[in-house]
Amino acid sequence: MSKVASVLSLEDPPWPPSVDEFFPPGLFGIDWLTKFMLMVWLAIAMIIIFFLVAYKNPKIVPGRMQWLAESIYGFTREGIAKELIGHEGVRFAPYLTTLLVFIAVTNLFAIIPLLQISPNSHVAFPAMLTVITFVLYLYWGIRAHGLGGYLKMSLFPPNVPWPLYLMLTPIEFIMIFIIRPFTLALRLFANMFAGHMMLLVFTIGGFMLLNAESLLLKPISILSWALTMLLVFFETLVALLQAYVFVLLTSSYLQSSLAEEH
Amino acid sequence: MVVGSVAAIGYGLAAIGPGIGVGLVFAAYIQATARQPETAGLNRPNLFLGMAVIEALALFGIAFGFLWQGHIPQ
Repeated sequence: MSKVASVLSLEDPPWPPSVDEFFPPGLFGIDWLTKFMLMVWLAIAMIIIFFLVAYKNPKIVPGRMQWLAESIYGFTREGIAKELIGHEGVRFAPYLTTLLVFIAVTNLFAIIPLLQISPNSHVAFPAMLTVITFVLYLYWGIRAHGLGGYLKMSLFPPNVPWPLYLMLTPIEFIMIFIIRPFTLALRLFANMFAGHMMLLVFTIGGFMLLNAESLLLKPISILSWALTMLLVFFETLVALLQAYVFVLLTSSYLQSSLAEEH
Repeated sequence: MVVGSVAAIGYGLAAIGPGIGVGLVFAAYIQATARQPETAGLNRPNLFLGMAVIEALALFGIAFGFLWQGHIPQ
């Protein structure tokens, strides 16, 4: 029985919410056809259609949709790409915008009724986005400085007394090849995972309190649901912020790969 | 008898450090913009970069709490 049905039927819902909530059974009895897959396809379709329609008939004085699309692109280009990467950043602006919009839309699914969970709360999706970023900054680092030059630049920072390299080089190596991709994926995943878990705890917690034996505990369910509503706003903020942070970090890593010797 | 996972307590402990860290980052940003409001836009990417780096520590706590708990579904 699904979670919602068991909650509404006032049976004992599974408490506390566990990782199992993140693995709903496949739709229509097909194992590989999951809600998450459909949500990702939906997000991709929405983004492609939105940008195609917004820019189908561009005008000098933009309409409402064109204005929205242009300000999203403009924000990424001016506020993130140019600001962090510098003049060269313009060539990355289309990818960064796509990344921003994709993550923002999939994150916002966490608060849309009926969808109510973000695909990014499964580690596979942030991990895949991170692989793209990882390959991108290694590729551009090697392309800009050559393989040796890039490794020398990033593993042996200049103007350091040589004994320190014994300590610095392993740290820098771990930083670039392990910590950076690992934290990038984990940050997005854990934020969405924890957000969904928090909403579950307060929503189902409200039902648990309402079903409590003690009469004094019942009114506290209202407090629990009030907190749920506040948390939904908080989740919206986190969803957009994490999309911004992911793109910000991607461009910051790109910048450190492209940077001139300093 | 209390039944539950010690991971919850562990996460509480793990969140102290990043909590202080994020507080310091935002305090510094607010102070900087209060002293020089024109630097608000200049410092904003740095604010979020700093926050993201510190926040990662707290998020390790969430992930490892579940990871080392011992019953993750297949």
